[in-house]
Amino acid sequence: MYNYTDFDTAFIKERNAQFRAQVERRIDGSLTEDEFKPLRLMNGLYLQLHAYMLRVAIPYGTLNSRQMHVLADIADKWDKGYGHFTTRQNIQYNWPQLRDVPDMLDALGEVQMHAIQTSGNTIRNVTADHFAGAAADELADPRPVAELIRQWSTDHPEFQFLPRKFKVAVTGSPNDRAVTKAHDIGLRMVEHDGQIGFEVIVGGGLGRTPMIGKIIRDFLPREDLLPYLEAIVSVYNLLGRRDNKYKARIKITVHENGLDDFKARVEERYALIRPQFTGVDQQMLAGIEADFAAPKFKSAPETEYHDARQHYPAFRAWSDTNLTEHRVPGYAIVTISLKAHGATPGDATSAQMRLMADLAKRYGHDELRISHEQNVILPHVHKSDLPSVYSALKAEGLGTANAGLISDIIACPGMDYCALATARSIPIAQEIATRFDELKLEHDVGPLKIKISGCINACGHHHVGHIGVLGLDRAGVENYQITLGGDGTEDASIGERAGPGFSAEEIIPAIERLVLAYLDLREEPAETFLQTYRRLGLAPFKAALYPEAQANAA
Amino acid sequence: MPRAFTPKVVTANALLEGDVIYQTATGWSRNLAEAEVLTDEADADLRLIDAAQQTATVVGAYLADVDTSGTTPKPTHFREDFRATGPSNYAHGKQEEQANV
Repeated sequence: MYNYTDFDTAFIKERNAQFRAQVERRIDGSLTEDEFKPLRLMNGLYLQLHAYMLRVAIPYGTLNSRQMHVLADIADKWDKGYGHFTTRQNIQYNWPQLRDVPDMLDALGEVQMHAIQTSGNTIRNVTADHFAGAAADELADPRPVAELIRQWSTDHPEFQFLPRKFKVAVTGSPNDRAVTKAHDIGLRMVEHDGQIGFEVIVGGGLGRTPMIGKIIRDFLPREDLLPYLEAIVSVYNLLGRRDNKYKARIKITVHENGLDDFKARVEERYALIRPQFTGVDQQMLAGIEADFAAPKFKSAPETEYHDARQHYPAFRAWSDTNLTEHRVPGYAIVTISLKAHGATPGDATSAQMRLMADLAKRYGHDELRISHEQNVILPHVHKSDLPSVYSALKAEGLGTANAGLISDIIACPGMDYCALATARSIPIAQEIATRFDELKLEHDVGPLKIKISGCINACGHHHVGHIGVLGLDRAGVENYQITLGGDGTEDASIGERAGPGFSAEEIIPAIERLVLAYLDLREEPAETFLQTYRRLGLAPFKAALYPEAQANAA
Repeated sequence: MPRAFTPKVVTANALLEGDVIYQTATGWSRNLAEAEVLTDEADADLRLIDAAQQTATVVGAYLADVDTSGTTPKPTHFREDFRATGPSNYAHGKQEEQANV
């Protein structure tokens, strides 16, 4: 893992000291809220519905046990004993008090963490495949490059006042687990004549105007990455619209000007600035890569694992759903579900955080990851240790066997916390998970991604859910729209709106009808919901969602 | 014809804690039941200006509709209902404080 240099440590310390002084000046009245707001946002501090919210970056979703312990300590000392992991690999604290935030940031700084650029019109936390460095299908670990981008983008003088926020995601695998096509810039490692470079995708995004990103370069050599990124953001910085917040993201810039025009401007800018990059960034990257050297994997018999699978059905069920193939024989990638049926998606108590940290330390080469699907990953666990890991997780309410299933729901905080929300998301997720647990159907239904957003900004990624749910305010009542057929992988597609929305009471039965219809419609159990939808289209699902309309038409 | 003015309260967040607060005749309360109900539009505008000027203690003051048919003002919109109660997934926020009174 990356270790802060003296420069990094000094930078964070100074930045925290500046923010401490800014908070003091706000409290003593020297700064107005209008003056203070941009300063607090630059440091990840929001004012939400009931309280302040501090958003802490977990760069490319990677952390060690010591960092996870500090996240737990912060939750106990300055919050209400829990934290919320987000779709951008951040953690949010929902109840900090203004006076305490500088101390929270100092505590984070002690373990090389920060909240810089987790808000505001800047380049945000760079996200990456949560299985990076472990996945069997990976070309190369994307995290060194993600760390290079973090360093380049943090406090980048040209990019502190972009037209709008700017999100970058990187994956090193052909199977895209980082939703790169729904980011302002998505980077996919690809191989060309034995060389690894990047496919550069630009102008993707969800929100009010969802768009799938477009390929601006199908192969960019590794050493050209930073100048090329700088050229893209630089062109966007000048060309992006500042007259209308809703048209300010790069997806609109690319859409309105056309990819060819945008690309021509980027290439022109790139030619101009390329000579300024003399290779220092590549020297730094080499240093960063050394920090991300793979752990020393062990080789041991897998007998305990196979025995446990044979004798304990609960362990077998969990290992069927929550393990992913590791690149090293004998190892597995563990997905720890933060989606116990009826719980808040993405929330972990301080006790749960400590347990996950201790398991990572004892069994997982001291590494943890946060996935954009709001789960925690132990990327390197030897199979012989899995029975011990599972029983420890189960004892702390973390043993739910549902990764990738219908109750593994993404949900934004929605109107339970968020000042921008138009409806609640969390209770809908809780009720769907509880209902399908009662029906005992979710293993039969198989892979199915439900994603819920509490407003049009789409933090819950509803556009790329196989079933997407969007919560709206319709004449003072919560109303939920369903989209179908979205996909956030390498075959990304935006879901199609199914029809009129449902009330909070109607939405759970509606989803149940939809899923039962799928079970009838699929050709065989191996055909997933998304495959069935792609084969048959919207019509039969619409008929299941709106039986009255069907009856009236007959 | 302009729409008839409906009863309102001035609400905001407290600077230090971020709590939802309501303007009373003499200051601020964390309890909607104690809020000053404004039934005159000109009066409401003045009270809001007064609140907005208190930048050292409150953030983001605005007028919110209330239902005055009962003995105490009640929110008319679900957003204000959540602000007056707290989140629905945990008994945190106002519902927690009120349970401890």
